[in-house]
Parts: sequence; C-alpha cells; structure tokens
Amino acid sequence: MKKAQFDPQKNYLDTLRKVGYVPRKEATQETYDRIGFMSGLEVHQQLLTRKKLFCNCPAGIFHKDDEYDAEVIRHMRPTLSELGEYDGTALMEFRTKKEITYRINNENACTYEVDDTPPFLINREALDIALEVTMLSKFNVVGEVHITRKQYLDGSIPTGFQRTAILGVEGEIQLKSKKIRLIQLSIEEDSCREISDIGHKRIYKTDRLGMPLIETVTYPEMVNPDEVKEACDYIRFLNRSTNKVRTGMGAARQDVNVSCKGGTRVEIKGVAHTKWIPELTHNECFRQWALLNIREELLKRIDDPEIWKIDYAYLNFDEFKITTSEISAARDLGHKLVAVNLPGFKGILSHFTQPGKVFADEISDRLKVVACIEKPNMVHTELPHQPITPVDLEIIKLIMMSDEENDAIIVFWSPEEDVATALETIEERCRMAFEGVPNETRKSFEDGTTIFERVLPGADRMYPDTDSIPIPLSAEHLENLRKNIPNDISERVANFIKWNIPEDTYTYLLSKNLYPYIEKSINKLGMDPENAGRLFGRELKHIEGHYKAGEGFTYSRILDMIRFIKDNNLHYPIYIKILTELYQNPNMDFGSILTVINFKRFSKDEIFSKIDFLNKKFEEEARVNNIKNKADWIMGQIRPMTIGNMELQELKNEVDKRIL
Amino acid sequence: MEDTDFFQGYKGRALEVLKKYNVRVWGQAEMNTTRGEFKGTILPRSVNDDDEHIVMKVITGYNIGIDINTITDMKEIGYKKANYAIPEKEFPYTEGLPHVKLFGTGGTIASRLDYRTGAVIPAFSPGELYGAVPELADICNLETEKLFAVFSENMGPTQYVALAKAIGREIEKGIEGIVIGHGTDTLHHTGAALTFMCQNLPVPVVLVGSQRSSDRPSSDAALNLMHAMKTAGHSDIAEVLVCMFGPTSDEYGLLHKGTRVRKMHSSYRSTFRTIGDTPVATVTRKGVTPIKKNYNKRRNDKNVIIKPYFSDKVTMVYYYTGMKPDIIDAIVDAGYKGIVFVGTGLGHVNKEIYPAIRRAHAAGVHMYMTLQTIWGYVQMYVYDTGRDMMAMGIIPAGNMLPEVAYIKLGWALGQTDDPEEVKKIMLTSINDEITEREPYNGYLVYQGGVPEVEEFIKKVRK
Repeated sequence: MKKAQFDPQKNYLDTLRKVGYVPRKEATQETYDRIGFMSGLEVHQQLLTRKKLFCNCPAGIFHKDDEYDAEVIRHMRPTLSELGEYDGTALMEFRTKKEITYRINNENACTYEVDDTPPFLINREALDIALEVTMLSKFNVVGEVHITRKQYLDGSIPTGFQRTAILGVEGEIQLKSKKIRLIQLSIEEDSCREISDIGHKRIYKTDRLGMPLIETVTYPEMVNPDEVKEACDYIRFLNRSTNKVRTGMGAARQDVNVSCKGGTRVEIKGVAHTKWIPELTHNECFRQWALLNIREELLKRIDDPEIWKIDYAYLNFDEFKITTSEISAARDLGHKLVAVNLPGFKGILSHFTQPGKVFADEISDRLKVVACIEKPNMVHTELPHQPITPVDLEIIKLIMMSDEENDAIIVFWSPEEDVATALETIEERCRMAFEGVPNETRKSFEDGTTIFERVLPGADRMYPDTDSIPIPLSAEHLENLRKNIPNDISERVANFIKWNIPEDTYTYLLSKNLYPYIEKSINKLGMDPENAGRLFGRELKHIEGHYKAGEGFTYSRILDMIRFIKDNNLHYPIYIKILTELYQNPNMDFGSILTVINFKRFSKDEIFSKIDFLNKKFEEEARVNNIKNKADWIMGQIRPMTIGNMELQELKNEVDKRIL
Repeated sequence: MEDTDFFQGYKGRALEVLKKYNVRVWGQAEMNTTRGEFKGTILPRSVNDDDEHIVMKVITGYNIGIDINTITDMKEIGYKKANYAIPEKEFPYTEGLPHVKLFGTGGTIASRLDYRTGAVIPAFSPGELYGAVPELADICNLETEKLFAVFSENMGPTQYVALAKAIGREIEKGIEGIVIGHGTDTLHHTGAALTFMCQNLPVPVVLVGSQRSSDRPSSDAALNLMHAMKTAGHSDIAEVLVCMFGPTSDEYGLLHKGTRVRKMHSSYRSTFRTIGDTPVATVTRKGVTPIKKNYNKRRNDKNVIIKPYFSDKVTMVYYYTGMKPDIIDAIVDAGYKGIVFVGTGLGHVNKEIYPAIRRAHAAGVHMYMTLQTIWGYVQMYVYDTGRDMMAMGIIPAGNMLPEVAYIKLGWALGQTDDPEEVKKIMLTSINDEITEREPYNGYLVYQGGVPEVEEFIKKVRK
C-alpha cells in the first residue's frame, strides 16, 4: 500500500491551529495573557537643528541615490568591548564579509561622516532640545554626559560605531489606564540610509548620517498590541510638543521589542508608522509561540540535541532536472548546488511561524543576511509546489541517506566561497530551534510580518568614545531649560476632555502639536472650547487634507484669525471659510479675505426681518406644509446671510418662535 | 597600591565621596541623588577629568557621570572586576612562509582601550595580534619584540639609534623582513633616520601605523598591518618603506620611500604621500606591484651597514615674515651646530636676519635651505637674495624635504664636524632624499570643484 503523501499545506494549517494562532481582530486580552504578550519600545526622533551632531554639516538636506560626488569603500571588523568581549552581532556581521560603499554629497557630508576627521564638540542646540525632552519625560537627568560608542558592523555608520550618550534614566509616561516606566533617553547621531544590499555589496548614502536624534526606551510593560501603539503615540506626541523636533518621512522611527511567555526579546527595527505596530507585535508574539511549539516537537523527537548535526553533499547540476530559473541561473554562474539533510526535521520546515510563513523561511532569511545569498536561495522537501521532480528527490534522498519518515532536506545554491558560511548558518539556525526563540532583530513589512535582520546586540558592544570629553550638566543650566518645557501630554488630554473636545481629534491635535494654539484660543482669546476643538481638530484637518498651504502659513496665523473674528464680532461658521482662504493665502489681510468670500454684514434685525416674509412665501408655495418643513426651508434661505453675523442656533430659536 | 587600585583615576572630592560610602571602582552601586536614583557599575575615571563626578556603566552598557554634589546616599551591592584582554591565541607556524619580525615602538597599530585614561594600549604579542588580525597567519611567521612604548611625537634620536641597531641584529640572525609598528605623526622622520642609519639593506624594513586606532571597526590598522607583513615577507624591495593607505577607501596601500614621504593630513587615512616623485609600489593582500622601475633588490647576504649616529645639536627654523635676528642669535648662543632653514618660495628669508646668519656662519654653524612649499627645488641663483644667502654660508638642499634635511644634518653631524665633509654627506643622496629629476606626476594636488577633477573623484575612489 502506498503511504499517504506528506501535505505541507495541511501541516501548515495543523500547526497554525496547534499554536492557537488567531487573527488580531479576534484576539482579546485573554489571548495575549495566554501567550504572555510583552512589549517595549525604542522611539527615535530627529531633532530640529541647523547642523549635525558632531560636525558642522547642515542637517536635513537630503539627496537622491545617484546624486553623489564621491564614493568611499570600507570593511568592518569587530573590536573588543570595554569588558573584554566580542559582541555576537559583531561576529555575525564580520562573517558576512560585506564590502560597504558610501556615497558622499558635498552639500551634506564632510570628512567627519566618512571617519576621516575626528568629531567636533557636541552640538549644544541638539543637546539642549534633548535635555528638554528628557525632563519632560520625567527622567533622572545625569550629572555628566559621556559619549559612548555603540558598535554597528552592518556598515550603517562608516566609523563602525554610533556616537551616543545617555541623558536620563528611569522616566515615565501616563497612558489612559496605566503608567509606563521608561528605561533611558539617549542622544545619538543618525545612521546612513541604505541604497542597496546585494550579495556581498552594500551601498549607503551619507546625507542623514550624523543628524541629531534622541531615543526613548520603555520598559517592556505593554501587554497587548494596542497598548504598544498608545505608548508609542504618546512618546511621539511628547517629542513633538516641544516644537523642536523634525516631522515628516523618517523623522520619527521606532524599534519594537516583543516577547512571549518562554520566548526571547526580539526587536522589530525601523517601524515607520505607529499604525503598523499592533499587527507586527501580534504576529511576532505568535511567531515566538510557534517557535516554542517547534522546540517542544523537536525535543520529543531528538534525544540529544548536543550531538545533532546536519549532513550535506554537493550535487551536480547536470544530473538533475532543473525546473526553477533560479537554479539554472546559479548553474550558469558556476555556483554550487548543495543538499542538506536535517535529521528529525520532517514537518518542521512547513511548520507555521507567521501568517503565510513557515520555519523554512527563517533559514532562508538567514542565508540571505549571514551568507549573503540572494533570495530565493533554497528549496526544500516541504514546499507546497515541489520544484524538484519526484525522481530527483529520490536520488537526493538516497545520496543523503535521508530517512523519509523523519528527515527534511534543503537544497541551496551559492557561490563556492559562501558555501561554508551557508552550511554553518543552516546548522546554527536549526540548533537554535532546540533552544526556542533566537535573540535577533527583525525587519518589518507593511503586511505585519517580519524577516531576520541581525543577531540582537548586547551591552557588550558599548565602549567609551576616546575622541570626546565628558560634558557636565550644571543644575543651573537644567533649570534654565526647564523653563521652556511644555506641559505633559496626559495633562493636555485631561484638558481636551474638560473642554469637551471630541476624542477622535486627539491624535491629529497632538501629532501636529496644536494644543498650545487651542489653549491660547480659549484662555487668551476667549473662544468657546468646543468651537476651538472643532476648528483645530476637524476643520483644519479637512483643509490640510484638501488644499495646498500657501507659502508662509503657520498655525499662529490661525490665532490672528481668531483675534480678528473676535474683534469684529463675527460668529463661528465663518471661521471655516476664512480659514480655507487664509490657509492658501496666509499673507492676505483679513478684510480682503472677507471680500473674497463674499461676506456681507447684516444686523440681527435685518436678518430676523426676512423671517415673516419667507413665512408668508412658504404658506403660498409649499407642497407639504408642516412646521418642520417650514422651519427648515426658512433656515435654508436665510443661512447664507447669517454665517458670521450671528449664531445659527439663535436664528433657529427666532424662526421657531415666529412661525408658530 | 591596593588602596589606590580600588579607586582608579579618582581624586579629590570624588574620591572622598567614594571612600565615605565605601564604594569601589568595579562595584555595583545604587545611588540616591537629588536628580533621582541611579544604578550601575562604578568605572575608573580618566585622570585628566574633574573631581566633581563619578562615572558608572548602567545595565544597558552606556556610561554616565553623576555629579557628586547631588549624591545623598550610595551603597555597593556587588563587585565584578572586568577582565579586559584581547583573546590571545597562539600564532600558528606555517612551513614555507617567510619569517617576519615586528618591532613595537608604541604606536596604535593594534590596540585595546584603557578607559581609565581613555588611552589606547597596543596589542602586541603575536598571540594578541593573531587574536585581533588572524589573517596575518596566512602571510608570514611572526615574531615580535617591543623595543619601547612611546607615542609617535616622543620618538627621537635615541630611539632611531636603538631601532637601527635592532634591525642590524635581526638581519644578522637571518630575518626575511622587518616591520616596525609606529605612531603616524613622525613616521616619516623615522623613515628618513632609518634610511640613513641602515644602509645596504638585504631585506625590506617596513614602517607602518594606523590613522584610526584598532579599537574601532573601521580602523585601517588591520589592513595596514597585513599590507606591511606582505611587503616585509614577500616583496623584493629591500629599502626602508612607509606602508599606509593609498586612498581613504579600504583598497590598497602605498609603499613610500622613507626619505620622500610626508604626513599631509591630520586625520585622513590616506595621509602619507610621496613628495616630488611617485611611490615605490602599491600593495594589496595579494602582493606588491612596483610603480618605480628601479629600487634596491632583496639579497641573500647579511651585509647591512649600520651607522647609528646622531647629533642633537641641530634645529630647524621655519621662516616667517618679520623674523628678527635675535632668534638665530639665541640658537647659536645655545650651542647649536646645525640649522635647517625652511624658507619661502625658492628658498628665501628676509634681509633683517642677514647679520645673524653671518654671525652663525662665523661661529661654524652648518646651515641648509629647504622649502615651505614642500614641492620643488631650492633655487638660490634666481634672485640676488638667494645669492646673498649662499655667500653667507647657507647651502641649498635641493628638493630634500625639511624634516628629512633635519634628520640628515643630525645624522651627518653625529659623524663629523668638518664643513666640507658635512656638505658632502648632505648633498650625496643615499636613497633619493634629493632626486635629480622631478617627474611630471610627482606633483599632483588636484583642486576640488574643477569639473574634470570632480568627474574623476566620482568615478575613482581616492
């Protein structure tokens, strides 16, 4: 009798169910408690300074990938930490042997960026902004700033390290229902932007490199994906409330740390939008949960993981019927084709890890990053659509002396010089499966999934910057800075509630840092709080979304507008028309704007005097004559002349009174 | 010793605070301050920093300083001394690879950090070097000897003499190549000194340093070291060479003659340039490719001539407009026997100091003229002033670099006082310190901004 064929697709679904994966929409707090969801954040925020952090290049001048004046090539070698150890990431990156090219544009980079000139003294403007945020986040401010080097061997910084310094430890933020403690805030230089990373060559541009940045790190105290987003938004709003940080693409980025019960801290790097956070953290937590299931499964099968190892054999391209274009391309390039037997791994390669992803992807991701083999870089015995013909598969199994019932086989292709690293990488990742969840950083995608990026670096990669001296922070200086700092985000939210401002506008108001304007409108200009909330939270947002701002438009012009309206005794709905005009022509005077929008002044009596006339007219012409229709029709007729001249409610009352 | 060791680098008030609360360096401490609580490992403090702060490493690996005036309480809750060592592995012996000797002088070619002082400590034993740069084992069989530990700027005549003698000893023992690890600031002074002191070399003597110390991942140290070992062990250029980066990119090294090389940028990796000529060769990890056709070839004999002489009664005077004669008088009064002038243009100084020059000449001081322009020849016949100066005893030193002329005059005066003899030594080239011809490509200082230069720079990584 023929054995039932192993069905990878079915295995994926079975393991998904076994892990207990549910889509985020169906997940509740119980779901997250069951798998022990835990998450923390590292929020990066560029500061709004004229110059970079350690040199005098202008900050915020960017260029296109191919607009460069020169290129420099470097290779990175790991160095010893202060505590005498090599860092894990460092060694991994060294194994990948990348050649890094930096593109330099004379407009925004000097010899400091490419590490041919030592650092200049730290940018005081940046330091002061960062200190304001430090105090605003209730951190304990350090007495002396020590510039530290944090090693990065991926090449994203030409020195091989980032200059960074702690300004405060142990802060906190107040979310809706809980406090989140903060570990630290540091000031640091931003890294290069990657242009490409193919094989052993990686290209960066240096325009963003060296721009001042702060990083706020929270404790892992968020217990569900929405809480992570809430905390992240809070920190971003807090940063923006100083009005001294950059906004726009890439100005704020976050790394999200996630673990599940029994899992490991995994860092999802460079999440561009906070709205991606819930899906990413949800999936990452389940990925770890799935890896723990794999671990359990493997330990059942394999008695002694210590002695577990892979077998491999070189295959001759010509002896196999090759059906994928990647393999035939590899053959034409003279690459090697290698089969790897994974004893006891049957059903593991197609084990669920993330929506649409399986354990085999974890291996493939590492082959790309560590061994520099571009994807697709392998096939295996648990693909739903098997590219290896059954005959070939039998031959490979025979060569490998593979156990059909228990083993799985990977076939990868790579340049000869990368084969050794590839084999090491495969064995290493499989061995990690016995341990559970590898310590790593992962790159995020919009669909909520992630791929392996690097081994997670530890504290070992920190060492002092011998090119800098410590910077003392006097109590006097801090007190002076404290005078500038705005009030808390939680206090701002409390005021929004007090002012009856609709909750769905908070995100917009805080992200644009409009609180100070609302506060002034209400407290200084006597505007009705609800109107102020509507004007800034709804009308302004609508206008920003539909019109192009005229040159020189700033939010303070809106305060001028409110003042004008108040002085001229105009009423609320006219704001919308004026603002729409003002937004596009910020330099126009308000009198002219009134003309442009065809505003005419009418007294209350003039307006009211129309009611009786219209009442009569309605009686004569109406087809369905009832009180409601009449009132609505009359309102409709008079409304245009009312706008700006009086409150509509008052008119309504008068209409109702007169037509009764 | 024990007592001070507990508080490495702390002094004054900060030291008192540590003692008061009984907290040691390497102790894990909890601190209460008026700025909140801090936890971490107390680190040594750099001796030059103030006595108002205590440094600690927090759990995330960062260092911070705590203002002692804010400390209200502190206690030590643990103690863990860091063991800081470069992993030492035995340098493997490979049959068939050349034997190379590495002399250490104290430069930062391979190093680790001493973060008490913030200084960089050289990694030096073959085992340490192998731990840091394992690729070296594929190039040569290495022996090392630490001759002294001084920074580049502290290298001087005593060290040149000691180095020359050490080179002689090694050649006598049959070494196949010598590398000297050296700080970069005065690499070219040492290059000149060794060229004069070690003549008729049968093997390469390669001076190497690094512009970025090896405590950083982008350091040029490892590659420079590989290039130097490759040159010393495998090349057939038996001269004193300086081996440093060609371009700032990690691409290839250049081998410069010790007498024609100069450090031309305070921090660039490609700071060393051959002046008024081309470098001798390029070097990569694969091998050495000569640029110059003629050089002294490697030999199997041991017939090196060591001339370890130096008089320190030599000085160099960089001329500036408005210079007063009393400077020259003071030098002569202090007993100096030789002056190398670094003059303007083709080799000039102002008329105001002529009387002082005459007095110096009368006192038997040997005077030579070199150039502030760095490139080009001294030419004292073009203007009357030049002729005047020659008449007063100043001898033009051709296109000898100022630093090289200083070294050579010191070396010459270490051997003789006789003016004619000194002049003969000075003007007879030992290894191209004065060249007969300046090739057209010996002076290349491209001007940024010029379109064709920009195009070149964009295409070629230099």
